[in-house]
Amino acid sequence: MLILILYKFLLVVLVFLISLGMAAYSTYGERKIAAFMQDRMGPSKAGPYGLLQPIADGVKMFMKEEIIPDVSNRWLFILGPCLFMLTACMTGVVIPWGKPLIINGDSYPLQITDINIGILYVFGVVSMGVYGIMIGGWASNNKYSLLGAIRASAQMISYEVAMGLSIIALVMTTGTISLSEIAAQQEHGVWNIVKQPLGFLIFLICAFAECNRSPFDLPECETELVGGYHTEYSSMKLGLYLFAEYINMFISSAVISTLYFGGYNFPFVSSLGLPHNVEALLGVGILFAKIIFFIFFFMWIRWTIPRFRYDQLMDLGWKKLIPLSMLNILITGGLILLFEKL
Amino acid sequence: MPLTNRSKVVSNKEMTLAERLYLPAIAGGMGITFKHMFKKPVTLDYPLVKREMAPVYRGQHVLKRDENGAERCTACGLCALACPAEAITMTAAERKPGEEKLYREEKYASVYEINMLRCIFCGLCEEACPKEAIFLTDKTVPSTFERDEFLYGKEVLVEPLTDPVDVSKRQTKDVSEFKHHGEYQHNSKDGKSHISKHSH
Repeated sequence: MLILILYKFLLVVLVFLISLGMAAYSTYGERKIAAFMQDRMGPSKAGPYGLLQPIADGVKMFMKEEIIPDVSNRWLFILGPCLFMLTACMTGVVIPWGKPLIINGDSYPLQITDINIGILYVFGVVSMGVYGIMIGGWASNNKYSLLGAIRASAQMISYEVAMGLSIIALVMTTGTISLSEIAAQQEHGVWNIVKQPLGFLIFLICAFAECNRSPFDLPECETELVGGYHTEYSSMKLGLYLFAEYINMFISSAVISTLYFGGYNFPFVSSLGLPHNVEALLGVGILFAKIIFFIFFFMWIRWTIPRFRYDQLMDLGWKKLIPLSMLNILITGGLILLFEKL
Repeated sequence: MPLTNRSKVVSNKEMTLAERLYLPAIAGGMGITFKHMFKKPVTLDYPLVKREMAPVYRGQHVLKRDENGAERCTACGLCALACPAEAITMTAAERKPGEEKLYREEKYASVYEINMLRCIFCGLCEEACPKEAIFLTDKTVPSTFERDEFLYGKEVLVEPLTDPVDVSKRQTKDVSEFKHHGEYQHNSKDGKSHISKHSH
């Protein structure tokens, strides 16, 4: 029992650290990829190839002067970024990072907690993220921050609907809402992307909107607005908001890989006849390769597509994606009926 | 009848389904950005690597010394006269006995100032100079916060004795020949200009 608690504790710390590390190096990757796509060089001064840039950025964020506006609601002002960061880190709990390790006959799952309603948990936590933004914008006592926060929360709430509906179709094909089972199902069968291409597309678009990433980065809109909901924030509180976005991106990539791209599975890896634990660790590597690809994909999109206008964003969310995802549910249901009859 | 062959007929036709989906266009755009990832960057790692300048780049001026280290400038004022931006001012002074090592000829510039905010770096001063005293170099004029700091005096312009400024790129053979050409020679041994022969 004690070993299990220790193991879980270790896993929690590890997942937390990896999330932070991935997010930190995503900022570096973002800047490098942006630079390469625009024929520039990107950060290159801090360390070899600028590899220490995230540390320099972090030190900068911590050293900067902390300003809390007099007219703000002090407690909520501090609570906002904390909540946003907390919800961003909480999602990683249900992701199955790999097959269970077997040491001395005991099974050690590479998943912090295998709750049978994993997808619902992810949704619940992700929708909590809106509170971080809304509280931050409201507590600033600045009408522009508030407007930014309203825009952000309206966007996130709108796209959650389509996202949920696209997941329903996926749940219909998998027959389970436990993430570990969904990942395990794809070991021998095909990846869910084959069964749910339209659902994947809708989920991907909604993931972009949920993470406030370009082309749906209207809440932040760095080229047009002062800063949206975090206008009044400075120092590490601003850092937390920006950092949490990258964690969200990491977690979204992990969820997309798990739900649609086989998670830790890769074709023919299980038929190589490797020892179980080696195969499990290889699976972790495969999952991370997929995650890194999707993070790259997020950035690739950001530096390719211009930003949507707000009415276009709402139009796409409510009038296009929601009907499409409902249609997807109908098609999926029809196909399931058809194949069961055959 | 169209005036040029560049006119285009504007049409307001409905977009096709593929166009309205945006996805093919997005994929095309992503192809373009991906291709750019493997292109050589057009920027340089600036303070470490500097962009190569044209050999005849016209930057900050230098007042040359002759081979003995004496200032070549005789304060004739031709550069100030040639300057279209009126950036050059000077005050002439007479060389005192014992200063032969400092100034090449009997007259020299006690004050020589170029206003770098006025200067347009056209190089006409260099062209006008009969003594090969002023040259433009590949050095850029650094920016400062105060206007008066752009008024460069002799302490900045005259080349240091210990560290001569290389102007060989601008003082090419052709330039040198032109300056020493008999017809255009300002400084012939007899002190007479030969240009008058051709003047009306």
